Amino acid sequence: MSDFINNFWNMYVVVLVVASLLFCVFIIVSNRGARPSGKVELHGHQWDETLAEWNNPLPRWWVWLFWITIVFAVVYLAAYPGLGNFSGKLAWTSTGAYDKEVKEAEAKVAPLFERYAAMEVQKVAADPEARAMGQRLFLNNCAQCHGTDARGSRGFPNLTDGDWLYGGTPEAIKTTLTTGRNGAMPAFGTTLDGEQLRDVVHYVRSLSGLTSDNVRVQRGKATFGANCAACHGADGKGNQMVGAPNLTDGTWLYGSTETLVTQTVQKGRNGHMPAHGELLGDKKIHLLTAYVWGLSNNAAGAK
Amino acid sequence: MAASKHEAIERNVGLLAILTVLTIAIGGLVEIVPLFFQHSTTEPVKGVEPYSPLRLAGRDIYVREGCYNCHSQMIRPFRAETERYGHYSVAGEFVYDRPFQWGSKRTGPDLARVGGRYSDEWHRVHLMNPRDVVPESNMPAFAWLERPVDASTIEQRMRALTVVGTPYTEEQIKSAPEALKGKTEMDALIAYLQGLGTAIKRVN
Repeated sequence: MSDFINNFWNMYVVVLVVASLLFCVFIIVSNRGARPSGKVELHGHQWDETLAEWNNPLPRWWVWLFWITIVFAVVYLAAYPGLGNFSGKLAWTSTGAYDKEVKEAEAKVAPLFERYAAMEVQKVAADPEARAMGQRLFLNNCAQCHGTDARGSRGFPNLTDGDWLYGGTPEAIKTTLTTGRNGAMPAFGTTLDGEQLRDVVHYVRSLSGLTSDNVRVQRGKATFGANCAACHGADGKGNQMVGAPNLTDGTWLYGSTETLVTQTVQKGRNGHMPAHGELLGDKKIHLLTAYVWGLSNNAAGAK
Repeated sequence: MAASKHEAIERNVGLLAILTVLTIAIGGLVEIVPLFFQHSTTEPVKGVEPYSPLRLAGRDIYVREGCYNCHSQMIRPFRAETERYGHYSVAGEFVYDRPFQWGSKRTGPDLARVGGRYSDEWHRVHLMNPRDVVPESNMPAFAWLERPVDASTIEQRMRALTVVGTPYTEEQIKSAPEALKGKTEMDALIAYLQGLGTAIKRVN
């Protein structure tokens, strides 16, 4: 534990602590002699004309308490860290106490996690207890973005609608959770001029059957082919390999109004799902995968 | 004999004051002063660097807005905390925090390891109006942060930190205003938050 930069500070603490203890002993011992055996005298001070004070000895119970605190200090310093580098006979440390707590808890919960880790995601998703565990993990780690009901909000995907940016298979979900995802819709504000931009927005909206100007749709189709099809596909159905959303399914992560779609094309979108692998570990990720998969695949839903 | 000494001390207010201060000071001298001479409290853990100008500006905004009133930055070594927030905090993570933001009250969650937990965009939406992403939240909105960050005093602030020991180089200080150019207070605060506690990670 010699954490001090040199031994001076070890000795500094030891000397001051021991000296303080000895001083306490000295104080109490040196006052013992002051106990008069016979008659108690007045203090010799008088206030408000007639108020005086008896020079009584210290009460016995108080003196004993004082001794007990001194003994306690000695026992404590022998058992626990306190005297400089001396770590105490019990070798207690806060991190040691923590490790013990974790070990005990792990022994309790590990078999539970092991059992589910060995099961297929689909089977885990069907298990009510696993779902309850998954839900608690979800509420602690995922709900801040995806919502407590997992329905997301603008920019944060709905996980219950069966529509997946990066794929909805258990493997794909697990990858998303473990390593995160980075959306990479580039900004086209400088590539496309004002008219082209409006045209392509009309075309994109038309893919989901939203109101659009036919002439613009016709012109926008060519622009879409040249600029957007590489990721979103010629038919606009997207590509889960790169996380390019399907534009024809009526699901709009960043809104479907003309203004919002324009904003998306103009400035790009860079949705970022943080990686949780290091934070949660494989077994929790497995349970979460099952929970998230179950949200849109369980016949009963995750109720 | 003791009684007469008591009397001498009690009747001499100056002596009484000096001895009282000395007695009280012992506690601090033993418990606080040696902390300045320990490896674990004075050396950064691997990966902890002095704050970049943008993060430093963000940190100052964090202090200005009083975030510490509701958010602690101190994960205690209890399983209940590490399960939720990640590895417990260690002293070496805070060596460049002057003053530290440990806080003592959690109306909101602990932020010691919030770095990387959410996307920048989430922070932006959340700071503009927390209820847009967390309907249950009672955190106030900080919509005024979308304004240019003050770059005029960043050099002075960095210089002040070098006085107390943060090892900024002259070059870093000189280039600081450039690093803040075109950034908003929101950018700075998010940069600060995204760097919090990222030096230590562990599967638990």
